[in-house]
Amino acid sequence: MAETQPSRAATGAVAARPDQLGHFGVFGGRWVPETMMATLDQLASEYAAVRDDPAFRAELDGYLRDYVGRPTPIYLAERLTAAAGGARIWLKREDLCHTGAHKINNALGQILLAKRVGKSRIIAETGAGQHGVATATAAALFGMPCVIYMGALDTQRQALNVARMRLLGAEVRAVDAGSRTLKDAINEAFRDWITNVEDTHYIFGTAAGPHPFPMIVRDFQRVIGDEARAQFLERNGRLPDAVVACVGGGSNAIGMFCPFEGDVPGVRLYGVEAAGHGIETGLHAAPLSVGSPGVLHGALSYLLDDEAGQVTEAHSISAGLDYPGVGPEHSFYRDAGIAQYVAITDQEALDATQQLARSEGIIPALESAHAVAYALKLAAEMGEGDILVNLSGRGDKDMGILVDALGLQKD
Amino acid sequence: MGRLQSIFEACAARGERVLVPYITAGDPDLAATAALLPALAAGGADIIEIGVPFSDPLMDGPTIQRASHRALAAGTTPHGVMATVAQARAGLGCGLIYMVPFNLVWRYGLERFAVDCAQSGVDGVLITDLPPEEADDWQAAADAHGVETIYLLAPTSSPERIRLAAARATGFIYLISRRGVTGVQSSVPTELADLVAGIRAQTAVPIAVGFGIATAQQVAQVCAVADGAVVGSALVDRLAAAADSDARVAAAETMIRELKAGTIIS
Repeated sequence: MAETQPSRAATGAVAARPDQLGHFGVFGGRWVPETMMATLDQLASEYAAVRDDPAFRAELDGYLRDYVGRPTPIYLAERLTAAAGGARIWLKREDLCHTGAHKINNALGQILLAKRVGKSRIIAETGAGQHGVATATAAALFGMPCVIYMGALDTQRQALNVARMRLLGAEVRAVDAGSRTLKDAINEAFRDWITNVEDTHYIFGTAAGPHPFPMIVRDFQRVIGDEARAQFLERNGRLPDAVVACVGGGSNAIGMFCPFEGDVPGVRLYGVEAAGHGIETGLHAAPLSVGSPGVLHGALSYLLDDEAGQVTEAHSISAGLDYPGVGPEHSFYRDAGIAQYVAITDQEALDATQQLARSEGIIPALESAHAVAYALKLAAEMGEGDILVNLSGRGDKDMGILVDALGLQKD
Repeated sequence: MGRLQSIFEACAARGERVLVPYITAGDPDLAATAALLPALAAGGADIIEIGVPFSDPLMDGPTIQRASHRALAAGTTPHGVMATVAQARAGLGCGLIYMVPFNLVWRYGLERFAVDCAQSGVDGVLITDLPPEEADDWQAAADAHGVETIYLLAPTSSPERIRLAAARATGFIYLISRRGVTGVQSSVPTELADLVAGIRAQTAVPIAVGFGIATAQQVAQVCAVADGAVVGSALVDRLAAAADSDARVAAAETMIRELKAGTIIS
């Protein structure tokens, strides 16, 4: 059973990582063309100035409370637990956040940062569209023009989110290069940023990319884990035995994990990657499971690439996990043994979606369904104890895919 | 003095600046590259910059993105590029450098890449996403095998960053002329002279300017203030428009001859 000690993370261990140049152990850093260095330096110093500023924190906390609806609850999924037949499954309800996913936590934090430093234009990339919607929402809230880059394939898979972004006043630019998914949207957003850096802030959506993005995104997302840890302690007088979150770039997972870092190994951390059609088929998005360290989008981290170093296409039914790279702190966690990384197939995620919908009346985002699917396996394996799952988003945006995959239109 | 710097000196002695044409290796295939290298040299290229195609060319505009795509579609690999260049090298009097993203060098093996560059007669390497802060391992391998390292500087580089690159640069410094990605532009930025002067104050290493330079007139404007000019997208566009292999080779030589005229300063 886990002990009820204060989180080491809260007392500074995480604050000491990354180093000055953005390294998490050997991972991370700033592997970018010189054209971006001044911009990243500027962002790092701007962020350093607001990071511990109580006025900034208070402003952000106000929006998180009144606009996002924080704190989000933790919920004991009793019928899901009964179905799994083992450890109790708790859900951290990020799906209840305004806009439907955890992405808004970071989008608001970064737009407040942008506003502070006088940037007047916002750009972002998006995969599933959740970060794009969150950014478009934040831009609408602050009356700033906003351009969202999205892979052309993703604009088809997530047409509803494209419409939402447009309704919110954002310009959505479909990116037709490469695999036409998230990585190509990131390339294009960086190109825009390099060109327009004077007036533009790039709200990077995941805990990847060059320093200081992995740190900034982690810091703005750690509210998930800070809340969940305190809520679980208050409810149970102890900590959960396991914490589970899905990992694409890894923003919801790092936000969930980092406050529990000091509780390892009493609390076990599981990051769930997308196994797509199955790891053995090669059609997956699981760099931490089967990739090797390489450099993409400005950071050294685990990566899916071929023997020549060309980045390979990732595959997942979930657009938000469909990324060949991963945030550098997860690579650090993996190699340091702080978290374990596992993978769940498209089919397992679909099954978990149905199971959660029918047993609890909660339709998860397909991304989050990967975490639920692994929690179901883990619960049965553990037999008893408590598993805390980050339900990072809700499934409304995935209805088009679910209609096709589950045959929901048949009579 | 390294071979690249001696090329700059030799040009200066002739009253010229250095012309650095860029092509993407393997665009549209490596046979084309093998035919283009001697044509570029014959046209008057002083140093040829050979781009090794990458799946995710972050720094490049549409022209070079498309070139990379064509090259990868033809199955171009770093080992294939190295073999092609090694074979073409004997007939070329000019300097040769690679422009390559770090991940390709990393997978090749830093040491192995440096060794193979040295053995194929590649004089220098510009790793596009390798800032001086991360460059220790590469530079050790490159220095050990006599391969020069070219660093990028940008209009936004602080004096501190200029010092950092200047302290390490062994071939020349590649000054990016403007914000943004590679691609043809209609004018040379007016503040270029100041940018070059700012770097000159820190180092004696030659300075070549690239990004957005397309015409002999622009080459001349750049060469009025810097030691050399890099022409990339405009050349890649011209080559891509050629009807066949012979036309491509002829276009390469003709265009370089036109551009080279812009480097004559006396």
